[in-house]
Amino acid sequence: MLDHLPILQVIVPLLAAPACLLLNNARLAWLFACLAGLISLVISVALLVQVQQSGVISYMLGSWEAPWGIEYRIDLLSAYVLLIISSLGTIVLLAANTGIRQEIAADKQSLFYVLYLLCMAGLLGIVATGDIFNVFVFLEISSLATYALVAFGRDRRALLAAYQYLIVGTIGATFLLIGIGLLYSMTGTLNIEDMANRLPVDTNSGTVYTAFIFMIVGIGLKLALFPLHLWLPNTYTYAPSIVTAFLAATATKVAIYLLIRVQFSIFGADFGGELIQPIFIVLGLLGVFVASTVAIKQSNIKRLFAYSSVAQIGYMIIGIGIGTSLSLQGTLLHLFNHALMKGALFLALAAVVYRIGSTDRTCFNGLAKHMPWTMAAIVIAGLSLIGVPLTVGFISKWYLVLASIDSGMWPVALLIVLGSLLAVYYVWALVESAYFGKADASATSSAPIKEAPLGLLIPLWLLVIANVYFGIDTRLPLEASASAASFLMGGGQ
Amino acid sequence: MYYDLYNYWMVIILMMIGLYIVIKPSNLIKKLIGLNIFQTSVFIFYISVGKVSEGTAPIFSSTHSVYSNPLPHVLILTAIVVGIATMALALALVVRIKSAYGTVEDDELQEQDH
Amino acid sequence: MVVTALAIVRVSDLFAAVMLSGIYGLLSASFFVALDAVDVAFTEAAVGAGIFPLLMMLVLGVTGRYEKTKLVPIKADVVKKLALVLALLVTGALLVFGTLDMPIFGAADAPAQQHVNIRYIQQSPTEIGIPNMVTSVLASYRGYDTFGEVLVIFTAAMGVLALFSSQLFSQVTASKNKAKNEMHEHNVLRIVSKMLIPFILLFAFYVQFHGEYGPGGGFQAGVIFAAGIILYTMLYGLDKARQVIKPTVLRVLCALGVFIYGTTGVVSMLAGGNFLDYSVLANDPVIGQHLGILVIELGVGITIAAGMILIFFAFSQQAETQLGEQ
Repeated sequence: MLDHLPILQVIVPLLAAPACLLLNNARLAWLFACLAGLISLVISVALLVQVQQSGVISYMLGSWEAPWGIEYRIDLLSAYVLLIISSLGTIVLLAANTGIRQEIAADKQSLFYVLYLLCMAGLLGIVATGDIFNVFVFLEISSLATYALVAFGRDRRALLAAYQYLIVGTIGATFLLIGIGLLYSMTGTLNIEDMANRLPVDTNSGTVYTAFIFMIVGIGLKLALFPLHLWLPNTYTYAPSIVTAFLAATATKVAIYLLIRVQFSIFGADFGGELIQPIFIVLGLLGVFVASTVAIKQSNIKRLFAYSSVAQIGYMIIGIGIGTSLSLQGTLLHLFNHALMKGALFLALAAVVYRIGSTDRTCFNGLAKHMPWTMAAIVIAGLSLIGVPLTVGFISKWYLVLASIDSGMWPVALLIVLGSLLAVYYVWALVESAYFGKADASATSSAPIKEAPLGLLIPLWLLVIANVYFGIDTRLPLEASASAASFLMGGGQ
Repeated sequence: MYYDLYNYWMVIILMMIGLYIVIKPSNLIKKLIGLNIFQTSVFIFYISVGKVSEGTAPIFSSTHSVYSNPLPHVLILTAIVVGIATMALALALVVRIKSAYGTVEDDELQEQDH
Repeated sequence: MVVTALAIVRVSDLFAAVMLSGIYGLLSASFFVALDAVDVAFTEAAVGAGIFPLLMMLVLGVTGRYEKTKLVPIKADVVKKLALVLALLVTGALLVFGTLDMPIFGAADAPAQQHVNIRYIQQSPTEIGIPNMVTSVLASYRGYDTFGEVLVIFTAAMGVLALFSSQLFSQVTASKNKAKNEMHEHNVLRIVSKMLIPFILLFAFYVQFHGEYGPGGGFQAGVIFAAGIILYTMLYGLDKARQVIKPTVLRVLCALGVFIYGTTGVVSMLAGGNFLDYSVLANDPVIGQHLGILVIELGVGITIAAGMILIFFAFSQQAETQLGEQ
């Protein structure tokens, strides 16, 4: 069975989804979904080990060899991202049973798990595949599931957010499709590796450049790359909190993965270098500063962290823009770390919503007294977001700063540090009101607020501990990201 | 030579019309019609790539030897299905928006939330 | 087609716009025929000129027919519009620039025609053993994409169910809106359609199993089958149709199709091949391919038909309740 791991990684959650539908009982569906999630987590660990030991794994679907059939291709990068998705997806899923109780109607809950599994399987499929059209198909599976998941939100604005996301997402996917079509017309193949080998780079073909631009813009829309991020704050704010935690931890990560894949594996590290690298750096920096500044002004904390996500995506783009092996490692590290901290933060917000029903800034006044564990989690994850030493956030920022100094980009390094100061500001403001603020008299008059239930706290603290653990014992992410980065830079194919 | 590419250019015009309807602030349903035009034009683009002059439909027969490329056809079959699936979900959202807001006009929706 | 598209931009009667987009779908279908893509044309005709306008019309029944037009154009809007047109022109120009280096239209020596394609055309009739190359590629070489496609429809059906009330599955509400949607006055229409429906369903089965030789296959068959049921629903009302096919059964069928497809893959894995490797399903690889394609096409057909009908039922149920409220 070991030979079949790459495909099992995807079809286990994929086939678990219709099975959940047939169970038609929310609790059973949840247990079953968790089981599927855990299995896929185990598989992803096994895959990573296997890739580290014996190199790239290639799996031919239907036994048709590569350019004719669809190939699943697991290299270091994809194994690393698969691990991130399956672990974060599963941990958030563990919290879902409690997390959605207040936010989703009882008769819809088993559908929620069906869609959640479909979305997760779609994301895994994008990462595992070595075929560019197959990427599009799985992108759409995960996107359609996401739109429906977002629309589960209680606020009616969730519907509008889902609609806007659907329009933007579909335009993005169609742009990607145009890019794929142009590349196909030039190479006659859809296999990523084969495509890279056949691309006529030296001829400076306008078609190839156009394909490149369309694919980058299409992915940028999905990625919420500044300034194409406008759909993200609404989506994150109005989606159910569990969904937000899931999306923030996985969906944008997959989009970053796709960007790296297209840039480095199809077009090659040097393609469009002089033109695209400064653009990425500038967009990344702008994203960091504009989004962080907007975040400070937000009165809804969920929205605040949504904007902060746009800013963090900016950091990852900077890493891609600098384009050295070291900076790419920074991006990959941040991919992992951001998943950990945003997963933790949004799960903590889910706990707040569970008890209070809102994430408005005023609700947080004096909340630390009532929900000490939840608030402590927010503090630690917040420190990680800022990039304080001993948390994971520090490691990735450190690598990004190192990489920019290494490439002689002093101003970029300085701006990265400055951007973190903005994060200090908005995290501190929140912590201050939670620990030192006084609760409104009207709020305290009603029944006292209790700590969040264990069903939420345990997954939350799993993530918080991971934030600290991987900040101290950095071997696993460092090794994996370093070898993945050098693998990409070393020709990538 | 450019005459030979005019087929692609017509597709591009269609794409832009579709995209215009989608982005222009208007009725939510009309946007979806635009999205449909946009997607369909991309389908035509793919099928055009697969066309071979003098070729025939890619169904094997003893009387023909030149066939058009079947691969884009397969891709577009998949894409059409994806398209209608997206549309169904989008329309479901529109119906729910109508019942929650009482309107499906872009600007009126914006006003209600502020 | 450009004319139709432009007309859609101008018209503010959404009903007309939907009709025009139906025409647009039909036009593109005929265009596909001209480009030798018969399978695609078949599908586009069924979807673009069939299912899509139908769903649209159901929705229009709820949301109202006319788009509101502003009497006084606001200045900011004009500026925005100009910026938008400009952005689109840039995008369009980029695409035109992109096409300049493309192989000319219809060239047989273009890369797309040379590389992967050659095997599909030359080998598939012997490797897979069926004449329709589109079906070969769809179901076998790129069978995994098609599995994904089935899941897309499944996801959409689940999404629609998640969005709408679960009243569809309860038995009690049925009798309330009775006779509302039935077309009592159109007796001729009813009788003619009643005679037609069995043929439509029969035709669906024909398309299902004929896909190997001519244009057709699971997807088209599923859509046609769904169309037959939808026609029935329109004539006799949702309640009657729900008695004929229970929504709960549809839900199971929708998942079942996915399972049939997935299990075929798993079975071929257990038989020693890779996922979806049909060659190991029988002693003779070509027969195995035959068998595999037959089974997965069935899975596709079931999920598509059940998914489409389910989506349609959910829409009409929601439309009834929402109109009842208004």
